[in-house]
Amino acid sequence: MTPTDFNAILPILVLAGYGCVLLLVDLLVPEHRKRITAWLALLGLAAAALGHVAWPAGGRLVAFGGMLVADGYALFFNLLFLGSAALTVLLAFNYLPRTGLERGEFYVLLLFTVLGMMLMGQAADLIVVFLALELLSIPLYILSGLARSRPSSEEAALKYFLLGAFSSAFLVYGIALVYGATGSTNLELVLAAANGGNPRLALLLAGVGLVLVGLGFKVAAVPFHMWTPDVYDGAPSVVTAFMSVGAKAGGFAALLRIFVVAFPDLAGQWGFVAAVIAALTMILGNFAAIAQSNIKRMLAYSSIAHAGYILMGLAAASAAGASLREFAVGAALFYLAAYTVTNLGAWAVVMAVERADSGTASTGLNLSDYAGLGWRRPGLALAMALFMLSLTGVPPTIGFVGKFYVFRAALDAGYLWLALIGVLTSLASAYYYLRIVIIMYMQEGQPVTVSRPALNFAVAVTALATFLFGILPGPLMSAATNAVMGFAR
Amino acid sequence: MVPLSWYLALAAALFCVGLYGVLARKNAVAILMSIELMLNAVNINLVAFWHYLTPQVPSGQMFTIIVLTVAAAEAAVGLALIISIYRRRSTVVAEEIDLMKW
Repeated sequence: MTPTDFNAILPILVLAGYGCVLLLVDLLVPEHRKRITAWLALLGLAAAALGHVAWPAGGRLVAFGGMLVADGYALFFNLLFLGSAALTVLLAFNYLPRTGLERGEFYVLLLFTVLGMMLMGQAADLIVVFLALELLSIPLYILSGLARSRPSSEEAALKYFLLGAFSSAFLVYGIALVYGATGSTNLELVLAAANGGNPRLALLLAGVGLVLVGLGFKVAAVPFHMWTPDVYDGAPSVVTAFMSVGAKAGGFAALLRIFVVAFPDLAGQWGFVAAVIAALTMILGNFAAIAQSNIKRMLAYSSIAHAGYILMGLAAASAAGASLREFAVGAALFYLAAYTVTNLGAWAVVMAVERADSGTASTGLNLSDYAGLGWRRPGLALAMALFMLSLTGVPPTIGFVGKFYVFRAALDAGYLWLALIGVLTSLASAYYYLRIVIIMYMQEGQPVTVSRPALNFAVAVTALATFLFGILPGPLMSAATNAVMGFAR
Repeated sequence: MVPLSWYLALAAALFCVGLYGVLARKNAVAILMSIELMLNAVNINLVAFWHYLTPQVPSGQMFTIIVLTVAAAEAAVGLALIISIYRRRSTVVAEEIDLMKW
């Protein structure tokens, strides 16, 4: 253990220490002044982001005997996680008091979840991947049951917990088999052992398959998606918003690193499987979303569909040639960033329309509750229209650029059929995304909305990013490209 | 000496027993117990691989201890959730916890 080892985990260290202190400080914050905790949590996220200055610029720092790595890839994901957590704190700012859920634990658990996600992106050893996945998941189980007064929230927490624990058993069994086949859990050593005709190929392939199953549950890929609609529906909206972007990005951070760094020699085997899963995920997610009348369930199926588009990037990363692989991973990273920005914005609008008093006839969660929004709240409706266009993949939005890059990566890798399925399912998705735009502008209604500075700020920031990166994707794309420089060998 | 494959077969059998339990049992506590069985199958695998393949490096043993610790943390959260549900509904049968369609 050397001092530079601690440089590599400085952001994680800062956040871990800060989270523990915040748990104690929160006890001193009076019951109805929990906003102080929210501000403190934002401060902690900013401090963790500042911790990245200890990393070598553009370099690669391997720490703790190869357990952790600090590279551009991890930096991209860490900033993505910290940014989405900061937006989530802003959304929680009004949502929690309004729904009577305001507790300091929310912010502390949020920090611990981000900790797990950052560890996911930095993990260079399968043991750390498992540990990070649990650190990410266990606080999320608690958060999805935060609204204990609502039976559906409790139910969501139990379902998420049971299926999450079930899937991590698959993951860890897969890791054990990989360890048995290669004699190591370190990604670099696994690569060296898997290279050139491994004597225990069957064991290795079984392990790789089980790892894919375990992480597939986490990112909600078909056929491991069945928990998603119920959990997203039952959990408090602010938790769902964070879960739908953060947990998914965390799962993909580990998935992309494991498969591209450790198993490039088995790409012929897992590439096709990933392509089939991607196709199934896109088809089922988009077509099931059409049938939904509740916006939370619709966005849940939409998030399944988007996992399919990102998986397309993983499938394309099985291509021969390091530059093609790096382009595919870069495209997946860009898509994740695009999805994070757009989806958080869409959930912010959902929270603005949602009613706090769930006892009344309307919860503000049905698609019909959006009728007339275009006239009552022009700004909010415009932002929602932009998010829906971006999720569909229509220019000039960030979602279009993201889809463009993953489709190109799939074409370069020779997956013409996969790219075609992607285009066709995107067309189908226009039906349910644009239906909301039509309801907002074409139907008469008296929507009840809330307007608070923090919420409006979050909507404005995400809408601006969705639009600006849609016309000028250059900076974000070069950030994603730099992040994967030298990633595949 | 017992060959490695016997341990692997035992672990695979135990994992399948756990898998069957998760899919067939109705009681949430029984499902949780089945998941613990699956994790214990993994632990047998890890210790066997460590002993036969890389006894000079302690990573396999270390991993087993991490799995045990995580399983304990998971069980703590899971049992808390189950108790919370039981207090409200007086049932922990998964089929009766069905406000939302699966």
